[in-house]
Amino acid sequence: MINLIWLLLLVTGIGYAGLHGRIEIVTQSAISAAEGAVALSFKLIGVMCLWLGIMKIAELAGIVKFISYFLSPFIGLIFPSVPKNHPAMGAIIMTLSANMLGLGNAVTPLGIKAMQALQQLNPKKDTASDAMCTLLALCTAGFTLIPGTMIAIRSAAGSINPTAIVGATLMVSIMATVSVILADRICRFLHDVRIRR
Amino acid sequence: MDFTELCELLSLWSIPMVLFIIPVIGYLRKVKVYEAFVDGGKEGFYTAIRIMPYLVAMMVAINVFRASGALDICVEQLSPILTLLGVSPELVPLAIMRPLSGTGALGLTTELLNTHGPDSMLGLIASTVLGSTDTTFYILTVYFGAVGISKFRYSLGVGLLGDIIGFLGSIYICNQLFK
Repeated sequence: MINLIWLLLLVTGIGYAGLHGRIEIVTQSAISAAEGAVALSFKLIGVMCLWLGIMKIAELAGIVKFISYFLSPFIGLIFPSVPKNHPAMGAIIMTLSANMLGLGNAVTPLGIKAMQALQQLNPKKDTASDAMCTLLALCTAGFTLIPGTMIAIRSAAGSINPTAIVGATLMVSIMATVSVILADRICRFLHDVRIRR
Repeated sequence: MDFTELCELLSLWSIPMVLFIIPVIGYLRKVKVYEAFVDGGKEGFYTAIRIMPYLVAMMVAINVFRASGALDICVEQLSPILTLLGVSPELVPLAIMRPLSGTGALGLTTELLNTHGPDSMLGLIASTVLGSTDTTFYILTVYFGAVGISKFRYSLGVGLLGDIIGFLGSIYICNQLFK
């Protein structure tokens, strides 16, 4: 699936540019995107070190365990395949908490850590497990209590009420989160039925 | 203090507070905070390097698609269908861009806010869309890339469904709230 999508994006892009006599754009945009991706990875190194370092302190101090104690009964319902005391549960909870608090760049490092912990539980290493799909669904729905970046942009654009969107964002986030959890469950069920046949 | 100031204060203080509280509690609980930080940070380097080829692959494909003008054709083709669903034509590019590129969507939103005003209906909807959805392709690439997963199963579909719900939901909720 992802192979086909990737190919289609690339091939239609090149085909369209070629047909409209703008083939030089392909070379430029491909090279600048490749360079941009490397620059982004380098930026990620710093952010990853920072948040994984903080996370390590939180783990050793028992803060992760403390937060997990209160949240794992709820989060456990969404992730039935993850044992409650497995490190993956703590990592998932920290990811979702960071996402909710709007800690922006902390979410990616914590999410990756959660994925690595889930990979230990995964029997098929090249295929996404049920719990991984659920975590991805929750992260792409991007549940945030306070959309800090957006408030800042609205302020900068001269809004008289930059936070007017906070309520709307929360409602839409809840809607999207509930929908993806349901869709994830339905897809998993259909997937399992197909495999068993 | 009104709600606006409170929200701005909270988003300003959230990261400093976390960076303050966790090391202080750690120290009080007798964690060797400096050593623990360095130890935890070590993994960061390898993970970020590991993601690199995945990011290059995805960003090259998306950028070629965008820069060639093929994306604009998609917008033109989808525009009448989305307009039937009650979507203003000005918002269609944002709907297509949102799951593909975070910076692209941010640019489009800033443009919408500047041309139509941040407190216009279009500005409010665009702000809500950006606040309540995420860059699905980026998250999928980075998270699965970091652990070397190539079979995404139904993840992409579910992620895109979240984006569609977020987009249509923003239009519906904003129309209800800000009449």
